[in-house]
Amino acid sequence: MRLVLGVLVALLLTACAGPQVRGTGDLGLVIERASGHVTLVDTSTRQPYARIGGLGDLSHASAVYSRDGRYAFIFGRDGGLTKIDLLEAKIVKRVMQSGNAIGGSISQDGRIVVAQNYTPGGIKAFDAATLELLSEVPAEYAPGKFSKVVGLADSGGNRFAYALFEGGEIWVTDFSNPKQPTTQRFPAGSQPYDGLVTPDGRYFLAGLFGEDGVAMLDLWQTEKGARKILEKYGRGEEKLPVFKMPHLRGWSVAQGKAYLPAIGRHEVLVVDVATWKEVSRIPVRGQPVFVMARPDGRQVWVNFAFPDNGKMDVIDTLAGKVVHAFEPGKGILHMEFTPRGENVWLSARDDHKVLIYDTKTFARVGEIAADNPSGIFFTTRAARIGF
Amino acid sequence: MLASKLVFALFLLSTVSAGSVMAAEPGSDRQKELVRLVRQDCGSCHGMTLQGGLGPALLPADLHDKPPEGLVATIYYGRPGTPMPPWKQFMSEAEAAWIVQKLMSGFPQ
Repeated sequence: MRLVLGVLVALLLTACAGPQVRGTGDLGLVIERASGHVTLVDTSTRQPYARIGGLGDLSHASAVYSRDGRYAFIFGRDGGLTKIDLLEAKIVKRVMQSGNAIGGSISQDGRIVVAQNYTPGGIKAFDAATLELLSEVPAEYAPGKFSKVVGLADSGGNRFAYALFEGGEIWVTDFSNPKQPTTQRFPAGSQPYDGLVTPDGRYFLAGLFGEDGVAMLDLWQTEKGARKILEKYGRGEEKLPVFKMPHLRGWSVAQGKAYLPAIGRHEVLVVDVATWKEVSRIPVRGQPVFVMARPDGRQVWVNFAFPDNGKMDVIDTLAGKVVHAFEPGKGILHMEFTPRGENVWLSARDDHKVLIYDTKTFARVGEIAADNPSGIFFTTRAARIGF
Repeated sequence: MLASKLVFALFLLSTVSAGSVMAAEPGSDRQKELVRLVRQDCGSCHGMTLQGGLGPALLPADLHDKPPEGLVATIYYGRPGTPMPPWKQFMSEAEAAWIVQKLMSGFPQ
């Protein structure tokens, strides 16, 4: 009798305890770009568990995570910055921080969220807890001239590196004192269109649109300045039109080599990260947009710009070539690997679906309905430099 | 006198819209495709709401002082030296003109 009573009490307590206690390591979100919603997802069950609206214009939206993996900071195109609680599935705070934004980053210590803006060009730092504005750095590269900011990436010591599209420079801003940041400037090259930081936080690379090449800055030795790598990789060749700019964030280092999208060529460039020299090029079926390595580095998955955005190519890094080419759906905009890479999630914008594939067998293992899905962001990003 | 001026102005207006920018109406299915193309694919640089991104804003207020034929040529042939590519393999010049006309008067959803 006492046992039965005990069980009853335990059941009652469970029922009253409110939300179930759980971690966030297998959670994530999918941006639904047209309708201002995000769908919250569970990568273990491969199912959505909540949907949140009211986030404004989410075309080209991206997300970063607090270091506990509980909160997502979503940067909308319209300048909205929204903090979401993944466990309680609700908006915690939302601010309009600029007229036209393109993404953001979170600091090494998790205390500062930085947004990068097109209009007015520059970056702004916010308190990650309250979204209170701490400071801003206008991208004024010449008197009265402001540049769009691209490629913002976090690195050690609460420093952030980014590039100026019109300004042709790489800037590094140190937020050690978040209300009084200091900025170093480095000439980079013509029209940097995006940037990335290597997984160790050491090198910042900015892809150049206006010339063949990539600008590189060693963040451990900034006094050496930026230099160019992969210079003139398409020498003498006619460039193909680029119907969508490649993205460098989410890039790939595998087996000591970096895999980067070529601009105006249907190729993935392979670079030795010890020497930063090109070692090969892998032909693919379109202008690469995202070139992303599975977490173990054995595979690199590539999606493409319009009109080839229904295709995916998979490179085996051991074989050094495409080993699987398929057409998973219409308008494949983004991909994200599960924490250890057994699955990859692809957003098929025009099919209004997120497609889930087994990366070993290439079989489709699930799908989720979503309205014009674009970016997919899992909480594993919380612990990665440059994500 | 006033009436003839008005007629002349109307004549000019009709020559501009019918002559230099030959905005023949595409069929309704094709219109839907073009609207989606502009919102989704042009939108990757110009923004889905056309308020600009890496590429400039394409709202009526941004375009009103620009010659339509120049805008049609920009879509059709691209702008060398900028990231704007030529879109001629995906549409006719008349369809580019229809897009410009719609952009200048407020683009459909």
